[in-house]
Amino acid sequence: MARYFTTEHEWIEVEGDTATIGITDHAQAQLGDLVFVEVPTAGTELVKGKEAGVVESVKAASDVYSPVSGTVTESNGALEEDPSLVNSGAEGEGWFFRLTIADPAELDGLMDEAAYKEYVAGLD
Amino acid sequence: MSDSVTDHPTATLPLDGWHRAAGARMVPFAGYAMPIQYSDGIIAEHEWTRGHAGLFDVSHMGQLTVSGAGAAAALEALLPADLQALAPGRMRYSLLLNEEGGVIDDLIVTNITDGAEPAYFLVVNGATKDGDVAHLRAHLPADVILTPLPEQALLALQGPEAALVLDRLFPGIATEIGFMEATSRMLGDVPVRIFRSGYTGEDGYELSIAAVEAVALADRLMAEAEVRPIGLGARDSLRLEAGLPLYGHDLDTGTDPVMTGLAFAISKARRANGGYPGADRITALLQGGAPIRRVGLVLEGRMAAREGSLVFAGEEQVGRVTSGGFSPTLGHPIALAFVDAAHAVPGTSLFAEVRGKRLPATVARPPFVPHRYYRKGEA
Repeated sequence: MARYFTTEHEWIEVEGDTATIGITDHAQAQLGDLVFVEVPTAGTELVKGKEAGVVESVKAASDVYSPVSGTVTESNGALEEDPSLVNSGAEGEGWFFRLTIADPAELDGLMDEAAYKEYVAGLD
Repeated sequence: MSDSVTDHPTATLPLDGWHRAAGARMVPFAGYAMPIQYSDGIIAEHEWTRGHAGLFDVSHMGQLTVSGAGAAAALEALLPADLQALAPGRMRYSLLLNEEGGVIDDLIVTNITDGAEPAYFLVVNGATKDGDVAHLRAHLPADVILTPLPEQALLALQGPEAALVLDRLFPGIATEIGFMEATSRMLGDVPVRIFRSGYTGEDGYELSIAAVEAVALADRLMAEAEVRPIGLGARDSLRLEAGLPLYGHDLDTGTDPVMTGLAFAISKARRANGGYPGADRITALLQGGAPIRRVGLVLEGRMAAREGSLVFAGEEQVGRVTSGGFSPTLGHPIALAFVDAAHAVPGTSLFAEVRGKRLPATVARPPFVPHRYYRKGEA
């Protein structure tokens, strides 16, 4: 099991050919209080770098991109009722969706946690 | 995740360090680094203001005075308020208009005459203040004096406990002035201009003070248990619930006072006598009705229709959203929109298009959350 991060502030946890995806704690802190989250439903075919969902804070809506291509197997239904789960646990119970990875080679070039921390530190 | 915030060189507010020390996240707005929120977050700040007293730094706004024997008449040539009838200590919401009746800016004008020479205090929007000053300079006669006050800070204290708090600093202020009235007081040896006005729909005050004294005033207010600092994020959600327009979004030079629902800003005497920019066109709109109207939209669910969303009646596009978002008080999204007059009746069922989806939206008359101003004689 390994966890990777993207420059678009998504995290992706990989176990075999299954990936669980969400937005990072840094991302939720930047967005502020979330009031609406739209996640892709099971069966949706996602393409790496393309829109996978939307998060809305009081102020603005932001796209969430899929870090890899694949077929969605499950989405986190709890977010519909309580979007603040992303604020309280972005990298845990605030996960967005799971998918079956189409091409493991797409994981190449994603950051590990240490690299992502360094990346975020360089943004300020 | 896509970040839309871009980096531009920005000026700093007199309270810049104070905001950062209070845990603010600063963003560029109107040319300044401004606090969008503090550590509590936008929803908590919004709710705090509705329940207690929120402290806002609005020092980015433009403050200026217009004075001289002919000040009232000179201003009346540029905006549709009846200043001849505005007594000292009284405030009016007004609009700087161009020759076509388009809105150059919205502002509040206060008669601050103290003695023989007439004087008016104007508070204008931050992003438009330089243009406003240029416009005023170009149009005011030479014997009327325009004085920008860039060394003044402006703090707003808003919410149902604002009067209780401010009365501790300025005894009697809770009842001395009512909504849209102003006065001056001393805080120690520092003069403070006090306006009972704001941008939240709540009772509250706006305080103009020398920028060098702003930190001391902010600290003094924050020492009161009822007061917490509130950022721009909650300022926007509060004003949207109150149905108050935001210049550059709900208002611009392509809009007029009638379509925007701001005809109340055209005083009765001015309607009869005209003499303000665009009077012919605006008189025709007042008589015939505007073909496009500002309405409120109430949405279901949680997905918001924001600025730029198109509004439909069935398959026909009938308008567009000018600002919208989630209402923390109501628990669902709300929006301000321009729609064709035929679809502007409260209760009309429309749709707002968001990311290819049609969201049901019902026309409503703003405010979405009732105003709770303190009017003298009503308490």
